[in-house]
Amino acid sequence: MDILKYPDERLKRESQPVVVFDDALRAFVVDLEETLRAGSGGVGIAAPQVGCFDRIVIVDISAMRKLPKGSSSSGRMLLINSEITEWEGMVMGREGCMSVPDYTGNVIRAESIRFTAFDEFGEQREYTCEGFEARAVQHEVDHLDGLLFLDRLVSRRSDLFRRKVYKKGDEK
Amino acid sequence: MNDHWYMLTLVGRDRPGIVACVSHALFEGGCHLGETSMMRLGGNFTIMMMVQFPGSTHALEQLVAGEAESLSLRLHVDRVEGGLHEHVEPDVRITVYGADRPGIVAHVTGALAEAGLDIFDLISDVGGTEQAPIYILHIEGRALEGIPALASALEIVKGRGVDAQIAPIELMVG
Repeated sequence: MDILKYPDERLKRESQPVVVFDDALRAFVVDLEETLRAGSGGVGIAAPQVGCFDRIVIVDISAMRKLPKGSSSSGRMLLINSEITEWEGMVMGREGCMSVPDYTGNVIRAESIRFTAFDEFGEQREYTCEGFEARAVQHEVDHLDGLLFLDRLVSRRSDLFRRKVYKKGDEK
Repeated sequence: MNDHWYMLTLVGRDRPGIVACVSHALFEGGCHLGETSMMRLGGNFTIMMMVQFPGSTHALEQLVAGEAESLSLRLHVDRVEGGLHEHVEPDVRITVYGADRPGIVAHVTGALAEAGLDIFDLISDVGGTEQAPIYILHIEGRALEGIPALASALEIVKGRGVDAQIAPIELMVG
């Protein structure tokens, strides 16, 4: 599947919860994962990046050459209708996006998060992620709300000592 | 396309409206702006901007000469090679700070260059008080010989009265 690239307006659209967990959903998940694996170094993908506005994301940092310090590593996570329920700490990190080529920027994210999500069979699970992996989940869940990392950039000049409380949907 | 890239430099006493005035003149003159750096340094406003323009260096100078003069800005234009979409990703971030004294930047960047640092971005500030100023240096770049080599170089620099932090930049692409 082709990855939508900003300024495609569809990337700003809010995605809707999945209500039917059927074969069509599972087939889409296979295609979405193939698209992620075919991408250039991406560790996550959200359905709206391929023009599907259902709340589905995949995150998998396990293929990274070296696990970033302080990061959890949960393997491949398929997250449907994910809800982040707890945020803790905050940390600045560098982000890029398959939908925003040739640009990276600094973004403040929660250091650790707890969240729930359904799998492709409609089973709900609870997760805890930290560090780099938590950043990837927050980046992908943002896509479902029509938010890009561009919406959360912090100034290069003032980001060093900046501290800010993270809230869902903040800085839109 | 016959347009050329120029690097346009403007420096002068800061006042409101400089960016709007200069960029408006360039837009009206048919210029296309590329990457820019504009910031206040010690009460001056400094502009470095990539400008794509079909005419000569002289013609581009003439385009903004009136605004530069009215805003008391010194103007310089160079034709440059290169273009957009040539970003390189830094993999290391270094912060150095300490009591301000001559030679901090020279000593720190000298030691880091020897240890393989290619600097992409450097911002420095002087804070503290006039009686006891502190110097803060924020560097991003690529560690051509690995981060441990840079960390060792910083240990030597730290022995000369500055504090330093080094951290990898781990790019997350989603």
